[in-house]
Amino acid sequence: MAVCIAVIAKENYPLYIRSIPAEHELKFHYTVHTSLDVVDEKVSAMGKALVDQRELYLGLLYPTEDYKVYGYVTNSKVKFVMVVDSSNTALRDNEIRSMFRKLHNSYTDVMCNPFYNPGDRIHSRAFDNMVTSMMVQVC
Amino acid sequence: MADEALFLLLHNEMVTGVYKSADQGEVENGRCITKLENMGFRVGQGLIERFTKDTARFKDELDIMKFICKDFWTTVFKKQIDNLRTNHQGIYVLQDNKFRLLTQMSAGKQYLDHAPKYLAFTCGLIRGGLSNLGIKSIVTAEVSAMPACKFQVMIQKM
Repeated sequence: MAVCIAVIAKENYPLYIRSIPAEHELKFHYTVHTSLDVVDEKVSAMGKALVDQRELYLGLLYPTEDYKVYGYVTNSKVKFVMVVDSSNTALRDNEIRSMFRKLHNSYTDVMCNPFYNPGDRIHSRAFDNMVTSMMVQVC
Repeated sequence: MADEALFLLLHNEMVTGVYKSADQGEVENGRCITKLENMGFRVGQGLIERFTKDTARFKDELDIMKFICKDFWTTVFKKQIDNLRTNHQGIYVLQDNKFRLLTQMSAGKQYLDHAPKYLAFTCGLIRGGLSNLGIKSIVTAEVSAMPACKFQVMIQKM
């Protein structure tokens, strides 16, 4: 379902990035990188907006010809970016949201692991498996 | 509840453990405090990540402080902070009139000089939580009569 999933730290460096197929990796790195500006823009716009628009899920960041890019920012300013094939029209906003929720839950577990150093790259196997399950679900 | 007692016991053992291990090597009070504070820092980082998972985005600094005083404190210490004061210039004073980690110890001034080592972990807890939410701070504790205590949070502007 998702073709690329990335976790970006507070200071905007990648903590985790995975994509399929592997040969387009560089392209996805680039897509995720460019999406960070949109994330920043959305978050700063949200501060001024109404009270009820304070959800962690940011929605669609921008569509390209082949892909749609979705974003999510936690309260600790960690960003999740998900790239989805735009031919996959069955995917609703709500499903994307629940996928991000799952991702967030899993990230929290990593963060609460005493052997993980905050700010390091994520090497957790549980996290890896969860991401894999989200990537292959539909394909 | 049983888990309340467990936290208290574990915390007490932790303080004793850290001080005992220091006794064998060098005897430096400051180093133990720092060690406890750093432990609290890491725990605070993890806890805040979990607690803020389902909350809406915070509006500003004060919103975050309120969260610490209400939700965070309730989850960890089973009560809210009694009084939060601020000068709106980056200094917050959190006052707890019946601080959970001190209530079992003494009520009065008798053991006042032992108080700092039982507050270091909590200072770290606050600092770690705030730092994970993007606020750098210095947290100090102050006790005039147990079990009441004050935590002063100084926000470091970047």
